[in-house]
Amino acid sequence: MKSVTKEHRPISWPTKGSGGDTGSWRTHRPVVDIKKCTKCQFCWVYCPEAVIEREEITIDYQYCKGCGVCALECPVGAISMEKEE
Amino acid sequence: MTTSIKKLPDIEQVLSGNGACGGCPATMALRIVGKALGPNAIMLLTPACSVASMGMTPKLGYNWPCINICFATAGSSASGITHAIEIMKEKGRLQGDLPTVFSWAGDGGTYDIGFQALSAAAERNDNFIHFCYNNEAYSNTGVQRSGATPRGSYTTTTPTGKRHPKKNMALLMLEHNIPYVATATVAYPGDLYDKVVKAKNTPGMKYIEILSPCYLGWQFDMPETVQMSRMAVKSGAWLLWEAENGKITFNNPSSQIISGKKEPAPVDEYLMKQGRFSRLLKGPDAESRIAEIQGDINREIAFMRERAKITY
Repeated sequence: MKSVTKEHRPISWPTKGSGGDTGSWRTHRPVVDIKKCTKCQFCWVYCPEAVIEREEITIDYQYCKGCGVCALECPVGAISMEKEE
Repeated sequence: MTTSIKKLPDIEQVLSGNGACGGCPATMALRIVGKALGPNAIMLLTPACSVASMGMTPKLGYNWPCINICFATAGSSASGITHAIEIMKEKGRLQGDLPTVFSWAGDGGTYDIGFQALSAAAERNDNFIHFCYNNEAYSNTGVQRSGATPRGSYTTTTPTGKRHPKKNMALLMLEHNIPYVATATVAYPGDLYDKVVKAKNTPGMKYIEILSPCYLGWQFDMPETVQMSRMAVKSGAWLLWEAENGKITFNNPSSQIISGKKEPAPVDEYLMKQGRFSRLLKGPDAESRIAEIQGDINREIAFMRERAKITY
C-alpha cells in the first residue's frame, strides 16, 4: 500500500480547539478562590468543556466558554463569574 | 452504591475547544460516557448537535474514530460495523480486545427518524450500545417538535404548546427483550458512569437514554443545565431506572419516589423555570395546563411502578 503522510489524509484527527479558540466566546470568566475550595471536584465533573484541572482546580481560559455551570454547582461558592473586559 | 465523583477515571475523550454551545449537556454526558468506555471504541453519529460540536476538519473534538452516518441508520450502521469487526476477528485481522461500537444519537435519531432501524437492530440483538441524548426537541435545527417533546411545551412547530404526551422510548426498547436498558441524566454522573460500565460488559444490544436539558431549546439560563436535570428527576418528570434482562430496578432518587418514601416535588417550579412552558402559562388556562402536565407525570410514575413488578 502506498504510504500517505498523516497531514495529507483527507480525514480529521482528535485535536484540542476543533471549534477555534472558544475562550473568545466568553462574556464572563470563572475565577476560583482556592482558599474556599474543598476539592469536591463537582466543577470538574460537570464542566462540559473539560477545561478544569482536577487536582489543582485551574481553568484553561483558552477554551473555557464561560457557561457558568461550575460557579452554580460549586457547593461552597468558591467560583465566581467576573465580567470580561 | 454508585461510583463517587472522586473515583471517576482521569481519561478525557471529549477534547476542549470543540464546537458545542457553552453549558452543553451533550458534551457533559459524553465526557462521562468516555470515562466509562475508554479509548477502545468506535463512535457513530447521526445528524445531531454532536456532529456540529465535532468542529472543523482537519480537527476533531472527540478522541475516538467517528463515523458520520445518515439520520435513519443508527441501528443498521452499528449492526454492520459490529458484524464486520466480529468477522475481522475471526479471520485474524484484529488482535486483542474488540472495540466497543456505540451510536450517539439525539432524540430525533432515536424516537422518530431512527426508530425503524433501531428497532430492527434490537430485534436482532446486535452487540452495540445505542445512546440517546434526549433534549426533547430537534434542537440542532432550531427546536422543532419531536416524539420526545412533553405535552404543553413550546417549540417552533408547536407555538401554542404540544397537545400530545411524549412516548416512553426506553420502555419500548425494553419490550424488544434486549439485555440492558437504562435511563440516566447529566446531574447524576456516578449513576451514568455505572450504567455505561455495565452496558459495556454486557453482550448484545444495549440502550441508554440520557436526559440532556438544552438551555436554548428549553429556554432557561445557561448555567442551570445541571439544576434543570436535577429538578426533572426530583419532580418525577424523568425517572432513573435500569433493566437487566428484563428486570427493572429504580435508582436514587427515583426509587424513593416510586416506593412512596418521598413525594415528588410539585411540577410547577420545574415548569416555571423553563421558558418553553412558562411562556404558555400566563393566561387563564394556566391551571388546567399544569394539571394536564402533572397528570402525564403521575400516570408515568404509576405505570412504571406496576411495570417493575412484572418479572419473568
